[in-house]
Amino acid sequence: MKLRNSLENYVFVLPAVTIFAIFYVIPFIWVFQLGLFEWDGISFTKIFVGLGNFKEIFFQDVNWWHAMWNAGYITLIALTFQNILAFMLAWACDREIRMKNFYRVIFFIPPVLSEVVVGMAWRFIINDIDGANIINRMLIGMGLPQLAHNWLSDPNTALTTVAIVHCWKGFGWGFLIFLAGLQTIPRELYEAARVDGASAWQSFKKITLPLMVPVMVLVAILTVLGTMQVFVLIVSLVGGEFAGHTSVPVLRILASMRGSSRFGYACAQGITFGMVLIIISFIQYRFSKKGQ
Amino acid sequence: MKHAIYYKSKEVVANTLIHIFLISVAITCLYPLLWMISSSLKTQEMIFKDISLIPHQFRLENYVLAWREGGFGRNFFNSIIYTVSVVFGIVIISSMAAYAFSRLRFAGSKFLFIIFMAAMMIPIPGSFVALYVLLNKLHLRNTPIGYILCMINVGLSTSIFLLKTFFDKMPKELEDAARIDGCSKIGIWWHVALPLAKPVLAVVIVFNALAVWNEYILALIIFDNRSYMPLQVALQSFQGEFVTNYPLLMAGLTITALPIILVYLLMQKYIIKGVTQGAVVG
Repeated sequence: MKLRNSLENYVFVLPAVTIFAIFYVIPFIWVFQLGLFEWDGISFTKIFVGLGNFKEIFFQDVNWWHAMWNAGYITLIALTFQNILAFMLAWACDREIRMKNFYRVIFFIPPVLSEVVVGMAWRFIINDIDGANIINRMLIGMGLPQLAHNWLSDPNTALTTVAIVHCWKGFGWGFLIFLAGLQTIPRELYEAARVDGASAWQSFKKITLPLMVPVMVLVAILTVLGTMQVFVLIVSLVGGEFAGHTSVPVLRILASMRGSSRFGYACAQGITFGMVLIIISFIQYRFSKKGQ
Repeated sequence: MKHAIYYKSKEVVANTLIHIFLISVAITCLYPLLWMISSSLKTQEMIFKDISLIPHQFRLENYVLAWREGGFGRNFFNSIIYTVSVVFGIVIISSMAAYAFSRLRFAGSKFLFIIFMAAMMIPIPGSFVALYVLLNKLHLRNTPIGYILCMINVGLSTSIFLLKTFFDKMPKELEDAARIDGCSKIGIWWHVALPLAKPVLAVVIVFNALAVWNEYILALIIFDNRSYMPLQVALQSFQGEFVTNYPLLMAGLTITALPIILVYLLMQKYIIKGVTQGAVVG
């Protein structure tokens, strides 16, 4: 009876565990195994190269580190510009204000759209056709025709343009989380501060900012993890499967796999990148613990 | 008296500035979408000449063309089928598992749950390479079922987490009553736990539906045939074939974006709740 009972309990988790074991655990293990081999994905023989792939990544692969730098640059812009914008918007909405719900609904539309849609729509707006390029038209209208150019094919502006479109798509996340955080701060604290004669700026600095530190760390971690792994947006915005000078790590992994058929190397790149992500989020987490 | 007016007018100025700031950001959010929709209703020549948001003539043929010639009709149905079956699978499988983790006792339950949660935390950016190899071995690559199973797996951990958190807080009395009435465990899960979990299930459904509809990378590596592809990947290959036909491409983008915007507007309560809950938990 007891045995039957516990067997019955396993039935509940069996489907989840089976799917998870096949489609998560096995690939997870294989990534680490394949990372040690040179393999084209088709042939029966894999050549064991030990840590050779990793050596190549660290000491020879200039493209890889360039892609890493690109992702880091976009992340930096997202961390500063996007999150400051999100925080300002949340702060502006955290009061008795008309149309609050309208703003909240609108600001979260870009995040629900797919990166393909966002990338292609923006590409159409800022790159492809001179006549339809709104940004360039505005610049010409403002008397700055020398600034109007092809934003995405000029290597000097391409990466920043990508970063700004990424911020456009992503700020709604930070906005919602910041707003939720701000709303947990008890109103009485502000009341008390005002009675004590604190200015709006002082109560912002002394009450709002310190209480929001944990939320800021959370948003920062989510931003880093999300932005470092960005790539669909870049493919659809810049075009070309591997995106040239705006390449990012995930695109390099895809290029190793589909472009040069080096499955082992692609896995090694994936492991390296995963480690980098874990280390960054760990540092941010520790940093927040110290801050408190 | 003078003071009151002074403060009042100061407040009005501040509120106006705040509204100007918020409205300008809102316009920036909406403009590209309106531009996309309006371009999808223009002809190729009009796109170059007419930059107004409301076209002089509405050319709905673009949609018919995109649906038929562009083949988006087919891909649209693929996306619907993938989204519905993956979300259905996730709801059933993850709610069963979450219920077991929360209520039933069996050896290894803690360990299994921790493994699921670890999977939620650890990023493995290269896993699609190994997944591709695995699906090839199982002869599931370039098949809808392979894609559906992979996508169910992607949504499992988070859904189990959300549902278990809910079941942990749920009062046990109703289940006890059902048990005394002779209801089986499966019966209790189906008739008692699931109906009570409706608010969380809504969050699980909406977020997974968004994720599946917008998914790109797995669909890219799994499917070779355009006839199996969901919209996101089909759009890319469409752009490759008809590089210059912008109205048709914009019609394709609108077909892809509109369902998700509608779902969002209808379910935004749950989406906002989901995001903020995640924030509180994190």
